[in-house]
Amino acid sequence: MDTRILEEFRAVVGERGLISSAEELHTYECDGLTNFRVMPEAVLLPESAEQVQAIVRVCHRERIPFVARGSGTGLSGGALPVEHGIVISTARMNRILEVDLTNQRVAVEPGVINLDVTGRVSPHGFFYAPDPSSQSVCSIGGNVAENSGGAHCLKYGFTTTHVLGIEVVLPDGSMVHLGGRTLDAPGYDLPGVFVGSEGTLGVTTKVILRIVKRPECIQTLLAAFGTTGEAGAAVSGIIAAGMVPAAIEMMDNLSIQAAEAAVHAHYPDCGGLLLVELDGPAAEVASLMERVNEICRSCGATEIRVAQSEAERAVFWKGRKAAFAAVGRISPNYIVQDGVIPRTALPRILEEIERLSAAAGIKVANVFHAGDGNLHPLVLYDRRVPGQEHAAEELAMRILELCVEAGGSITGEHGVGEEKKLMMGKMFSEPDLETMQLVRCAFDPLQLSNPSKVFPRPRLCGEKPGRYEPHPLEVAGIAERF
Amino acid sequence: MAQADASSRGGAGAATAEVSWDELRGAIGAEQVRPAGPADAVASVAPRMVAEPADVTQLAAALRWANDAGIAVAPRGGGTKLGWGNAPKELGLILSTKRLNRIVEHAWADLTVVVEAGVTFGKLQSALAEHGQRLAVDPLWPENATIGGILSTNDSGALRLRFGGLRDLVIGVTLVLPDGTLAKSGGKVVKNVAGYDLPKLATGALGTLGVITQAGFRLHPVPPSEGRTLTFRAGSVSEANRLIVEMQGSALAHTSLQARAQHDAQPEVDVRFDGTPAGIEAQCSTARKLAAFAVETGESAEVWNARQELWRKADSSAVAKFSVLPSHIAAACETVRKAADKGGMKWRIVAQGTGLGWVRLEAPKPEHIGDALATLRAEFEKDAGSLFIAHRPDGAGAVDAWGSPGDAYPLMVRVKQQFDPRGTLNPGRFVGGI
Repeated sequence: MDTRILEEFRAVVGERGLISSAEELHTYECDGLTNFRVMPEAVLLPESAEQVQAIVRVCHRERIPFVARGSGTGLSGGALPVEHGIVISTARMNRILEVDLTNQRVAVEPGVINLDVTGRVSPHGFFYAPDPSSQSVCSIGGNVAENSGGAHCLKYGFTTTHVLGIEVVLPDGSMVHLGGRTLDAPGYDLPGVFVGSEGTLGVTTKVILRIVKRPECIQTLLAAFGTTGEAGAAVSGIIAAGMVPAAIEMMDNLSIQAAEAAVHAHYPDCGGLLLVELDGPAAEVASLMERVNEICRSCGATEIRVAQSEAERAVFWKGRKAAFAAVGRISPNYIVQDGVIPRTALPRILEEIERLSAAAGIKVANVFHAGDGNLHPLVLYDRRVPGQEHAAEELAMRILELCVEAGGSITGEHGVGEEKKLMMGKMFSEPDLETMQLVRCAFDPLQLSNPSKVFPRPRLCGEKPGRYEPHPLEVAGIAERF
Repeated sequence: MAQADASSRGGAGAATAEVSWDELRGAIGAEQVRPAGPADAVASVAPRMVAEPADVTQLAAALRWANDAGIAVAPRGGGTKLGWGNAPKELGLILSTKRLNRIVEHAWADLTVVVEAGVTFGKLQSALAEHGQRLAVDPLWPENATIGGILSTNDSGALRLRFGGLRDLVIGVTLVLPDGTLAKSGGKVVKNVAGYDLPKLATGALGTLGVITQAGFRLHPVPPSEGRTLTFRAGSVSEANRLIVEMQGSALAHTSLQARAQHDAQPEVDVRFDGTPAGIEAQCSTARKLAAFAVETGESAEVWNARQELWRKADSSAVAKFSVLPSHIAAACETVRKAADKGGMKWRIVAQGTGLGWVRLEAPKPEHIGDALATLRAEFEKDAGSLFIAHRPDGAGAVDAWGSPGDAYPLMVRVKQQFDPRGTLNPGRFVGGI
């Protein structure tokens, strides 16, 4: 990178805020998806929104592409640097700015860790609902970019449900405030579009979050089934009974084994394991838990346990939350996928995955957010075996195709990023994608903010932003605009 | 005045005189196009023609034709909220979604539905009820309001507190853009982060970016029992606000919570519980303890019609939606009271625990209403709030319907220019003249 520009960056963020030596840059060459790697030209660690703005202004002037990065835990390559670009890390913007318990709102900088929001408000009986498995390390800014979910979004919704307002530095360096502290701010729902845009529309510098009152009672049930099919039938039974549990999670035998090896959650050795969590008023939870118990038994559950203490409940969850990492215990390498299917297609898709897995000679462990049909197949392979990595990647993509064919999605919470951008064409038509890119052109006509992600190919936005075509009536002098 | 200008150039203006409506008839069939009547006017601006396409292909063809011909278009569903927003700067064609009235797919076991935009809310709920499900929203005039119109106006009621707004329930939309492009986004599964969330962009956009022709929603089970509503009378709006904040900050899992206040009565707070009989019973007793400082006055679910009741005297009153912080509901009521007193007006407010509320101002002289509304807006905007004027009586003067869109306004204009570069859809009706 031009030393003149590096000096300019240094002047903005100071010596400590600029990383430009090759050995230090290696830390930033990938995110949680480690098979894609690109060396950035520099990494900047601003401490304030003003510094972010100053950095982005330079990028805009010099046409330098930038990628914002939170904790780098993303699983789709969303924070992967781009060639000849810089990385803007929000790690040092980690202050909780404001806590308004009365109105159940918290304002934070983007580098604040997800679980720290809950940590700050839990003494007062509140929590921040989105709970991705990486919540102890992932940042709110990253959650906003990816519209992160988690086990409890079945009942509580996703990041987008809990973001009321966002302060954003647009790719031209201007700062805007989308949404705000109150609901339904006048105008387009731009927070709705920005959340989940995977860093392609600008850099988040502040977020106003909604926090939720902790329910009176939380109960978690663990049920063991002979097969995932039986477990799936129990899920259907619970939903059909008109319940909306806080979470319903399913694990198959391979993922149970992995979790056991890693964290000793004392899961029963079975073909399909369900975790069902109910929360709400104690009297309500007690009667519904009885129903869940009955449904599980009638679907052939061989063992049912209800957590008797907060500690036991934590152990139930520990195995599930550790499942991705735990697979490392039983396989040298693996791919985590993130497909979504209509929940009722589950038995059919599982069968199909099993068939594909057998045909390819590659094992697949399955972990699901079963309540909302979000599958996390873990495709296990050994990089040292020639051809296996490629076969595993093919299998993983084939599984996503199955999800699309079933009427689902290629991603429920991990994002498209670098990894799945070519799959977008399987899910959306060319006009669908062109229409999404209209938003991109309004926010980032020069395509500087995390370019080359999400979409199969970039769109030319025309020579200048938001090319204006006069209405014929204006040309005729009959009408005017304001 | 905006309205006078618009009518002189919209309907019989020079541009439309050159238009060959026969082309439109040729494109979608003569029987789908008819001359507009007085009932088709939008905020007193008269269109020339009304098109009622029989399917989405025809709708796309009609919109594309209008876009090419420079004809301004107002999309219309049930027409129940057609006057919302500013008067159109011009208007040639009403594009009705009335005949797009199929429920495409109710995947009841997946708790989702895909529905065409012209389906009325009432029809949809009856169909969903066959499987014990519902779309958990309570819009105005559900028998006539259509899905497309409800989404475009972002109209939600007391259920929002528990189930979120339309933005939280819509999972997919199909839009027809002014150039005729048919674009799908989102999908029909409840969890999906592939691509930009255009369903949220279209929600509340008042049809200024594209015409919604189809939408998918996440559904909820119909509660197992009738549910129970408790009403408490508070000594003052501050007490009512205190009760709302305390209930919101408690472990109660209420479905709805609202305050009702008016010029000549003490405020009341309504709370609704759904669920199992045991759960409801336990929560009612907790709620009564919290409300010990207030007087319990009734148990009628009728109170949830209060928002729609505000529209009863539409001829002589203005109706507006406000958004404030939940702890500022009492202050909002006081602001309304002061502004109303000044003009000798009657007022009535229905405010939800979310901080969203509706106010009606009724005045002997409509010209006072405009000033009062401007005062209210200025006060609400001072502290992060807003005021959307949905309806004002004739003679109230030209008051902008929306208020300030803030520093993101230039970005909104760019979004509009990308989707609708020729300004065909509802020109001038949205924020800041978009």
